[in-house]
Amino acid sequence: MKPTRFLNRATPYLFLAPAGIILLFALLYPIGYLTMASFFDWRMGTPFADAVFYGFKNYAWILNDPNFHESFMVTITFASTVVVLEMVIGVGLALMLERPIRGMSVFRTIFILPMMIAPIVVGLVWRYMYNPQFGIFNKTLKKWGFEPIPWLSSPDWALPSVIIADIWQWTPFIFILSLAALQSLPRSSLEAARIDGASEWQQIIYIKIPLMMPVLVVAALLRMIDAFKVLEVIFIMTNGGPGLSTEIMSLQIYKTAFVSWELGRAAALSNILLVIVLVITLTMFLYTKARDARMARIQAAVEQY
Amino acid sequence: MKEYSRTNTAVFYLILICLSLMSLGPIVLMLLTSLKLKVDIFNEVSTFIFMPTLKNYSSVLHDPSLMRYLGNSLYVGLISTLLTLVMGCMAAYAIVRFRFMGRDAVSLTTLLMRMIPPAVLTVPVFAIWTFQYQLGNNLHGLILVYVAINLPFVIWILQSFIEQVPIQLEEAARVDGANPFQVFFLVVLPVIKPGLAAAAIFTFRIAWNEFILALVLTNRATRTTPVHISLFLTEHNIDWGQIMAMVRSTSSERSET
Repeated sequence: MKPTRFLNRATPYLFLAPAGIILLFALLYPIGYLTMASFFDWRMGTPFADAVFYGFKNYAWILNDPNFHESFMVTITFASTVVVLEMVIGVGLALMLERPIRGMSVFRTIFILPMMIAPIVVGLVWRYMYNPQFGIFNKTLKKWGFEPIPWLSSPDWALPSVIIADIWQWTPFIFILSLAALQSLPRSSLEAARIDGASEWQQIIYIKIPLMMPVLVVAALLRMIDAFKVLEVIFIMTNGGPGLSTEIMSLQIYKTAFVSWELGRAAALSNILLVIVLVITLTMFLYTKARDARMARIQAAVEQY
Repeated sequence: MKEYSRTNTAVFYLILICLSLMSLGPIVLMLLTSLKLKVDIFNEVSTFIFMPTLKNYSSVLHDPSLMRYLGNSLYVGLISTLLTLVMGCMAAYAIVRFRFMGRDAVSLTTLLMRMIPPAVLTVPVFAIWTFQYQLGNNLHGLILVYVAINLPFVIWILQSFIEQVPIQLEEAARVDGANPFQVFFLVVLPVIKPGLAAAAIFTFRIAWNEFILALVLTNRATRTTPVHISLFLTEHNIDWGQIMAMVRSTSSERSET
């Protein structure tokens, strides 16, 4: 009997151990290491033991660096533009196309395809389409007698071009999500509004959108997190250029570490990015918590009634 | 229910078809380009009229280095998926059945792990793997990162599947004299197969498509296909036909939909 009892007490730990060990050594430790490395003047090629303790100098240097300011602005512009446009287009399309759809599963599969492709492939295809001479966009513009646009090669056009590619890839996500949210709205409140004579617009503004709000906020925050994670698509399309016009923070981290070989500074930069994303994520978590609590209260009130 | 008129329905499906074309356009273009000779690619007038050829595919598929990198990708993808699933479902089972940590703790960790930008991991992973674990330029190093990245999500997903397994099933096995490991491997695992399949597709796709960590962790011999494809891009004279053929023959999007 004894071995069995031992097994019972130790079982949960035995089941958890493999995953726990991996997460500890391959995820938590690297993140802790990042914070430590960010306090050192550490370059590629010298062992970490020889690095000089730098205190907050890496952070101070970054915060005074005009390149960082530029990259920060590019990141914020990219993330916010992408999220706003994708939300507006995706939700707009969902509101327009909300009705029983025959063959929806086929359409859904088609819309999901862009999200399934490897990011570097997305970057490649768009770089190809943006080619100034034989890319499909300029070819079409020329055919219709317009001036060709220097998509990725001009500092003014590069960021919008990159944003368009992201919108192509991710608007379907918002569209499918809001369509699902719309179709699960309580029929009774919509019917009541219709009977009271609310117009199509009034229904959308006063009933549909407020009821969809919880889903929309989470979708927007998720997209926001993902927008800060974007790297490969831009890496392939422009590699941050021309100049710094598309150098998002992720790319600046990579370049600082593996092109300029400033590992300590790259670590500090990584930490700054991490904090930004952490704030967004915690907002999302607290929002969903608060929402669940509110829902539970409403549920309770309804049941009492 | 509202009534929809004929014209309305026609317009409605027209919009949907236009949207589908927009979604598919770049993918179709990629396919067409992979069938074009260089002359046709550099043709500045027409896009759709050309003589299709399989030359790009044959030169790509006869390239021994691509085969090697495909093999690397496949190895990393399969092994990391397998390890993630085994460890993930064991951990999920412990969390659900032995009531470790609350649901909130797990979903918060999952969320936090999901938010980490991959660029943030490049510095510490490169440094630790190369200088401490001696795993630099090694496929197993890559496997270790992918397992760690995917574990939180897999645990989270499998948790909801395990919760639906009736506990009576396990109790019956226990009464018949099975130990916890037998209960888990012989009773629980077969029941949550759909969950395992979903998690497997998710993990494999991440490992197959991942680029930046593979770029910093591999060398000429241990590259995976995304890194190889990206290195095919030079500033001038890009062989678009070959690149597109390479992408078509290595992309995994078909298998998942």
